[in-house]
Amino acid sequence: MPSLVDVQSLSKSFALKAQGAAPARRFKALDNVSFIMDRPQRIGLIGPSGSGKSTLLRSLSGLIVGDEGSGPVTVMGRTVQVDGRLGAEVRAARADLGMVAQSFNLVGRLSLFTNAALGLLGRIPPVRGLFGLWTAEEKQRVMQALDTVGIADKASQRARTLSGGQQQRGAIARAIVQDARLLLADEPVASLDPVTARKVMELLVHLHEDRGVGVIVTLHQVDYAMKYCDRILALKDGKIVYDGPADGLSADRLSEIYGPEIEQAYWRDPS
Amino acid sequence: MVHPSSPEALQPPRAPLPEKLVSWGLWLGFGLLLALSFKGAQMGDLPLLGRNWDNTSTYLRDYLHPDLSDPSTVAYYIREMWVTVQVAIWGTVLSILLAIPFSLLCATNIAPSWISFPVRRLMDTLRAVNELVIGTAFLVAVGPGPLAGVLALALHNTGVLAKLFSEAVEAVDQSPIEGVRATGGTGLQEIVWGILPQVGPLWTSFALYRFESSARSATVLGLIGAGGIGQVLFDNINSFNYARVSAIALIIVAAVVLIDLTSAALRKRLV
Repeated sequence: MPSLVDVQSLSKSFALKAQGAAPARRFKALDNVSFIMDRPQRIGLIGPSGSGKSTLLRSLSGLIVGDEGSGPVTVMGRTVQVDGRLGAEVRAARADLGMVAQSFNLVGRLSLFTNAALGLLGRIPPVRGLFGLWTAEEKQRVMQALDTVGIADKASQRARTLSGGQQQRGAIARAIVQDARLLLADEPVASLDPVTARKVMELLVHLHEDRGVGVIVTLHQVDYAMKYCDRILALKDGKIVYDGPADGLSADRLSEIYGPEIEQAYWRDPS
Repeated sequence: MVHPSSPEALQPPRAPLPEKLVSWGLWLGFGLLLALSFKGAQMGDLPLLGRNWDNTSTYLRDYLHPDLSDPSTVAYYIREMWVTVQVAIWGTVLSILLAIPFSLLCATNIAPSWISFPVRRLMDTLRAVNELVIGTAFLVAVGPGPLAGVLALALHNTGVLAKLFSEAVEAVDQSPIEGVRATGGTGLQEIVWGILPQVGPLWTSFALYRFESSARSATVLGLIGAGGIGQVLFDNINSFNYARVSAIALIIVAAVVLIDLTSAALRKRLV
């Protein structure tokens, strides 16, 4: 049985243009990152802004391709990318991958139903997908997914008329329609209020516990990561600096990752 | 804790000298361009407009008595006007059908540069050649009549619409497209589900705008024998029958205003 995710020595650098006195240089967003998820887990990817969290997550679905000589990145045994190129099976791999982003990635003018139904694209014949010819059974599946995330009553509304929390749940419904075995969530709660954010995080836990979906989620809120994830991967300057259980993440470790001011943000002495 | 800085350290940013010089240079260049074009555009003869006013007013006075006395002639003008509108309708629709694929091939975020560059130059050429010039070529091919007008409008507008459409495509939000890509959709499905819903309203608005403009151009195409009200208009101008010319002009103005108002109202609802 192949690992759900297998990342081997992935590096990614971006060219930075010269700006004012600073000369042009290469910025290493990911520096020789390796990790394996061999069974469905909830991995929280944490780290300061610019540490490479989103780059790592997007590399897993091949939306970002690593540097030459890095990789391979495989998802459920299929090569997503290797040596700076997308693998031949990347589309098949993506069909098994649900993707949820901070900006929801829904098509605003399409109905919530159609947006969720787009989760079928990787699984049905391309021509049928092109014209949106969903079967009755598929339509039923879409409605059930919307019901699972609690927004079936909004199915006919255009995505852009929905609240942020509803759109995020729509994106999760699309992943359910996909029957994704792995869900990649990039800052899914960054633009949501605390109550809605909690509901979305609970939905991710539910997908993991009840449906056996592996979840990898990037988070700025360390407390969310510690509460809702069972494994934490901490990145700093493109390197993994912590990989272990959530409860092993001590205040000292967090200070190393974020700097000493993190203690004031989370463990401020009330006196 | 925020440390108060000294007032010297808090100077608001100023544009650096090289940036200022470039800006002054651009304005100076523009001024020089106007001065250089003054003679070529014969702008020195502008006072003639006032000196020749007597001749102009005599000519214009002939137009003040439109001949709308014979109902059957007026009905004939209206029928010919309708032919012109029909030419505009078909010319625009054909140009939309052609512009859709060409605009996607022009868009740098979809097509590689070795495709987009030559296709853009082809569209530039179509745009640069006036409908009247294209029309004369089609008169040879299909003979005098409305079809030559339809084809001329279709070709010229393909160049215009492909440019406008492709600019809309280049400005789309990438995240919904990524959303479709991440489900395992094909490239064509990304366009159909990720791009077309985003550009749909803008494309429709551009197409309606070109229809307004085509209705005006179709009139002028009558000059070269492409049928419709334009041909009737120029026949009457050539026989110095200004009362009829005036009646025809009224009908043209009424039709163009009607089309512009309807189309503007439609566009307003779309965007």
